Amino acid sequence: MVVVTLSVCIGSANFALSEVLGALLGSDNVNAIHRQIIIDFRLPQVVTALLAGAALGTAGLLMQTVFRNPLADPFVLGVNSGASLGVAIVLLVLGPVGLSLTDGLGASGQMILILASSGGAAATLFVVLVLSRRVDIMSVLIIGLMISYTIGALVSILMFFSMAERLQSFINWSFGDYGNVSWQQMRYFAPAILCGIGLSCLFMKPLDALLLGERYAQSIGTQAKRVRFFVLLGASLLAGTVTGFCGPIGFLGIAAPHLSRYLFQTSQHRILIPASILIGALLSVSADFVARGPGLDVVLPLNAITALVGAPIIIVALVKQRKLKQLF
Amino acid sequence: MAAKAQLTAQKLAIGYRHGTDTTTIAKDIDCALKGGEFICLLGPNGAGKSTLIRTLAGMQAPLAGELRLAGKALASIAPRERARAVSVVLTETMPSGMMDAYSLVSLGRHPYSGWFGGLTAQDRERIEWALGAVGALPLANRQVAELSDGERQKVSIARALAQEAKLMLLDEPTAFLDLPRRVELMSILRNLAHRENLALLLSTHDLDLALRFADRLWLMDADGRLIQGAPEALALDGQFAEVFASENLDWDATTGSFRAHPVACLNVQLEGDGLERVWTQRALERLGFGIATEGDTVAFSIKVSAGAWELERFGLIQPFDGIESLIEWITGIDWRR
Repeated sequence: MVVVTLSVCIGSANFALSEVLGALLGSDNVNAIHRQIIIDFRLPQVVTALLAGAALGTAGLLMQTVFRNPLADPFVLGVNSGASLGVAIVLLVLGPVGLSLTDGLGASGQMILILASSGGAAATLFVVLVLSRRVDIMSVLIIGLMISYTIGALVSILMFFSMAERLQSFINWSFGDYGNVSWQQMRYFAPAILCGIGLSCLFMKPLDALLLGERYAQSIGTQAKRVRFFVLLGASLLAGTVTGFCGPIGFLGIAAPHLSRYLFQTSQHRILIPASILIGALLSVSADFVARGPGLDVVLPLNAITALVGAPIIIVALVKQRKLKQLF
Repeated sequence: MAAKAQLTAQKLAIGYRHGTDTTTIAKDIDCALKGGEFICLLGPNGAGKSTLIRTLAGMQAPLAGELRLAGKALASIAPRERARAVSVVLTETMPSGMMDAYSLVSLGRHPYSGWFGGLTAQDRERIEWALGAVGALPLANRQVAELSDGERQKVSIARALAQEAKLMLLDEPTAFLDLPRRVELMSILRNLAHRENLALLLSTHDLDLALRFADRLWLMDADGRLIQGAPEALALDGQFAEVFASENLDWDATTGSFRAHPVACLNVQLEGDGLERVWTQRALERLGFGIATEGDTVAFSIKVSAGAWELERFGLIQPFDGIESLIEWITGIDWRR
């Protein structure tokens, strides 16, 4: 709560708490410009950060359980690279070839990026999920990895043939940013995230069973293949949506579940899912707060901050716990 | 103890399917598992014991034949329903991060619990019963990762017991355990089968224990045949020797065990009785000597009495006050000359 409040108040322009409250409650004695900044920029950014963090935390937990691998993150299935290919095509290929496309649409250029990356993520996801129904879980992991590499290679080729300024905007996208989601776009973003989280909450019990491995899970009546499909779908919906709207946000997805396990000392998803949601959201808002550099005029790359702030926490947690290899 | 069969297999063929290829491991298996019967499944490595267990558990589709659980085709039973009837303990290790024994055992209640897996009083009672049945109640609050192999195996059996299934299939649960732990586990399982009227099938490499504990034995040979019978019957009619036959092994029907071919052909005359005689004989056999019968030429002779050994060689008598020094003396001589 404290961090959320701070995030709304502080930024490139600082507001007093009373002013923020005034703006939110619609009081008349708040400067109209300030109100617009608070309601149309700060607030959606904080809400986005909360939702994205919750989504990535949950998706990471689901992936780690399904793959029984402590290194799995929301992007193991290549959702991330799919999105980056979509964006790369728009920025690096369509941009130069058909300039009119972005010019003509003007303000909705951002929306095109979102569509491109969501589309790329969805396409990758579709391919991996179709393949995943035919092979065992380890192969799914490797297929996801290989698809990531393949797509990464395509993106590199695109980058190689691109102009410097185009590259710059692509790199900016890859830094990640919560500030691109307006209230307009929130109407798609929030429901998608809530859907994904809701879907994963339905699978708390079979997820516990999956901790035993697919064979044991089957032996206690879990339809392992079906559960796996829906869980991967949910996790990728979450990861894909976040990447689509905010760019690739690394680290949160792997950190939140580990911190949850460390703090609550349990493997039960009944506890871990809510914990990962909360911790993910908290880490996410904090990182965004730091990235916007209170007291500074610059905005640091969000992706760098999430890792910079969070990685040491994880290292400390794991060293203290010394049981990483026994997690699964 | 005649109970009606829980699980019956007819003309069962087991193996693997890869696309259109099939690898048949065993076929024409007819067998039945009955309540109250503790069956040990034996066979050389690679004979297909694990495959048979997985097939009987419904985790792997049979290549041919019919599997019926209480009269219904196994494949047609819903997973949750099947989980209430068949439980398994597999060879793969249970992942155990951040989970105490109680939580692990409580996973066995999944076929009964609701959508979110909450436990009722009845569930808790059953979990405690299962932990108690294998003597693992004191382990309930310990982290599974911190348990010893034997303790973890008990917890893992308790998890299967918590499933309240009348049929339990265990794949080599005694591997990795030391001998006393194996004996303990086997007797726990046998008692459970008898007391709770469970049909229990356990695969193992422990011939000796299987012979001592099992109500019936199933022998799988390398050709994929399944031979069934009372342990003693299989030992008597030489089936054991046949299934495990190998160039370097002899089946000793007297002791019910296998031993390596003796290398040397020197014979020793052994007199005396009691425990000392038994262990002296074992020592001699281990060192490659045969025990002489009437008329054999002997390398030396040993007289055993309580706590004392007398060795006679070339007419000289040498006393030993312990088996240790006797063995030392025997190994100190190059008998090949």
